[in-house]
Amino acid sequence: MRARVQVFLKPGVLDVQGKAIEGALHGLGFPGVDHVRVGKTIEFDLAGSDAAAAEDEVKAMCERLLANTVIESYRVEVA
Amino acid sequence: MKAAVIVFPGSNCDRDCAVGVERATGAKVEMVWHAEPELPGGLDLIVLPGGFSYGDYLRCGAMAAQSPVMKAVVAAANDGVPTLGICNGFQILCEAHLLPGALLRNEKLKYICKPVDLEIVNGNTRFTAAFGERRTARMTIGNGEGNFFAEAETLDRLEGEGQVVFRYANENPNGSARNIAGIINEAGNVLGMMPHPDRAFEAELGSIDGAVLFRSVLG
Repeated sequence: MRARVQVFLKPGVLDVQGKAIEGALHGLGFPGVDHVRVGKTIEFDLAGSDAAAAEDEVKAMCERLLANTVIESYRVEVA
Repeated sequence: MKAAVIVFPGSNCDRDCAVGVERATGAKVEMVWHAEPELPGGLDLIVLPGGFSYGDYLRCGAMAAQSPVMKAVVAAANDGVPTLGICNGFQILCEAHLLPGALLRNEKLKYICKPVDLEIVNGNTRFTAAFGERRTARMTIGNGEGNFFAEAETLDRLEGEGQVVFRYANENPNGSARNIAGIINEAGNVLGMMPHPDRAFEAELGSIDGAVLFRSVLG
């Protein structure tokens, strides 16, 4: 199975990189750009065939290491 | 008196911390590699130094917080051993849940290295008692991710319980919530701060306020 984890700063947390990218895109002539958020994607293979169990396992990984839930939220996909 | 400085791969202020603590207090300092499962016995201070542990991969301090030695550090801190996290060490303490909150990218995205004026908000901690009646200090910051963040109710609690120990006095260099530069845990034995006492322990360095802090906790 392949796991895909996306981690973003929570909505209330100022994303300064997102703001800088937004400003740069406006400067390049894309005035319609708004609310840019920068996150990261972490992908990995995972042994086993039980998707539900795998999803629980990946969520545990997010809680313990992959995300800092004080400032970040995460989304897990297992396929 | 005996102190330990934890050395992670990518720490770069570990020597400064050892020399600063030794010269300021005369304490014996042991360097402890991050892969050690145990700490030396009889410690009066544990220092988590600044630097870029594990290359700041994933998040600053995230990998270091999971390293073998941190189980022993968490146990010792919970046992009441004074524990000081400086800069990257502060980030590690937050990632290890020994302190609340987190350190975000600086508001202006720049790495900032310069001396800053600090307000000593709480002079009654074991780390600040030696400052006496003084309520200002000067130390250097050097960080790209020193922007302290916590939920509003956590900030209220920190302020209400006297857990904010240092604030930036004149200007807020990195966007930190409520100008916070350093916080202490509820029990009063774990301090995390972005300014470097290890860069302020002799007059030639521009300030001796770091030495005052070291002497305070090891005096």
